[in-house]
Amino acid sequence: MSWLQKLLPPKINRPTGINKKTVPEGLWSKCPSCESVLYRTDLEKNAEVCPKCGYHNRISARARLAMLLDEEGRSEIGAEVQPVDPLKFKDSKRYADRIKSSQADVGETDSLIVLQGSIKAVPVVAAAFEFKFMGGSMGSVVGERFVRGVNAAIERRSAFVCISASGGARMQEGLFSLMQMAKTSAALTALGRAGLPYISVLTDPTMGGVSASFAMLGDVIVAEPQALIGFAGPRVIEQTVRETLPEGFQRAEFLLEHGAVDIIVDRREMRDKLANLISSMTKLPAVA
Amino acid sequence: MAKDMKTSFLEFEQPIAELEGKIEELRYVQDDSALDISEEIDRLQQKNQTLTKEIYSKLNAWQISQVARHPQRPYTLDYIQGMFTDFEELHGDRAFADDPAIVGGLARFEGQPVVVIGHQKGRDVKERQYRNFGMPRPEGYRKALRLYRLAEKFGLPIITLIDTPGAYPGIGAEERGQSEAIARNLFVMAELKTPIIGVIIGEGGSGGALALGVVDHLMMLQYSTYSVISPEGCASILWKSADKASVAAETLGITATRLKTAGLVDRIVSEPMGGAHRNPEVMMQNLRRAIAEELLRLQAVPVDQLLSIRYERLMSYGEFKEVTLK
Repeated sequence: MSWLQKLLPPKINRPTGINKKTVPEGLWSKCPSCESVLYRTDLEKNAEVCPKCGYHNRISARARLAMLLDEEGRSEIGAEVQPVDPLKFKDSKRYADRIKSSQADVGETDSLIVLQGSIKAVPVVAAAFEFKFMGGSMGSVVGERFVRGVNAAIERRSAFVCISASGGARMQEGLFSLMQMAKTSAALTALGRAGLPYISVLTDPTMGGVSASFAMLGDVIVAEPQALIGFAGPRVIEQTVRETLPEGFQRAEFLLEHGAVDIIVDRREMRDKLANLISSMTKLPAVA
Repeated sequence: MAKDMKTSFLEFEQPIAELEGKIEELRYVQDDSALDISEEIDRLQQKNQTLTKEIYSKLNAWQISQVARHPQRPYTLDYIQGMFTDFEELHGDRAFADDPAIVGGLARFEGQPVVVIGHQKGRDVKERQYRNFGMPRPEGYRKALRLYRLAEKFGLPIITLIDTPGAYPGIGAEERGQSEAIARNLFVMAELKTPIIGVIIGEGGSGGALALGVVDHLMMLQYSTYSVISPEGCASILWKSADKASVAAETLGITATRLKTAGLVDRIVSEPMGGAHRNPEVMMQNLRRAIAEELLRLQAVPVDQLLSIRYERLMSYGEFKEVTLK
């Protein structure tokens, strides 16, 4: 608990009153799980994990990669690959406009960011999904950047890590987006033939076409606590089977229990764990 | 199969249905009539041909999805029976169960041994339930995987027949790793050392279809569809109303012609007038010819080269631009 929280609890934790739900943006943040009111800076310092209950908030791709990779020697891969609108798709809004407004709002050109660098001096290429960019959906750019990342890993003989956070395929690109499942999975065969490890990190949420392709193909599959992971969305399943879903259904712990993931790792330990796993798999000296 | 049943007509086929009804009636009358009305019947039949041709020449994407899902459309086992000989169905994933929504096994195609695998839908209520409406569970994909490996081991080409609304969204399916089952197939098919031909015979429903669809040559029957999401699903998410399914179908570009133009499908196989179910024999003739041609071509390619062509093809999927970064 921070000094400020110790100082202020009576005021902030007051159970009634209109101020309870309207915590001002920016300075304070309420944990969606335990409802503790947290000082934003503390949350940021804690890798966006609630210091009280351990709830893992969603996190941007850049912040994710920043906390994972060593500061030295990072460079981006595939930023030159950018989205187009192959179907001239239009629902309530044109896809071309959706791209533009997402780019303006999020500050990224699409939903996958790939960096090469190292984790505790172990060389890696790491890709991370930006969930805020159209729900982290996978279109042609995601597929191509993923492949370029895999190719870079093969070229420099390093491991490849992908941190997923995605609703699935990007409908607005029609069948082109479905084909990215095949494209990314095929790229991993080349990585495999090169004898290089692929670690898939599943974060909240990893669903649909992303889950049913490269996300489930890791040599090691790591999940963050409580992350929602599955093929079909819980609502779709509920409508199909007309049953209430079991407690904890499609959560990381549920997947671990059913043998679908190797290990659940707290985000605050992710860097250490990945360095340890990769150094073993690439026969490098143990990482301190 | 379809020919033993009374044809059921789709909504947009109502004019055809009425005309065919009239022809039937006249035929009935003629049987116990002194008058010769065969000329009239001929005339109406001519008219019916023209009408069907006209309606089918301008089907929109939504109407095509209706034909693709037609309850009398030939299914995988119909094609296996019609185009293959010596079929031995092989069952089970060796781990959990046999999934009746996917069928497969050894068979001969024009005398040549092959492995054939396809989604299987049911014809009546009971069979539909048994086949789970052609929606596979993980064990179905794992059975397919086992058969891919079997084909590879014995150097047999693979023919997949794709016809599914999608992988089953159920509790058990999730518990047993639906995602992993599909993903594994994509991975293995990408480097499987034997030629693979895929044919979309009805509905190509998203990842559930793709798990049988990573191939060297992909064909679509003229009135089949292939889509990342069903038109209804897309409409309810993006238009917030399932009624917009026809708009979504058009926008998503799910038809054989659109996908051929986009370079995602290699060959369109013509259907008999009014769709495959109106004349399954002709449909099978057309498809048999197409498969025979492509099989001959693919089997002439050395396997290493086949795999590198397959890989390059997979890598080429996607539309994006490359910009110069400052």
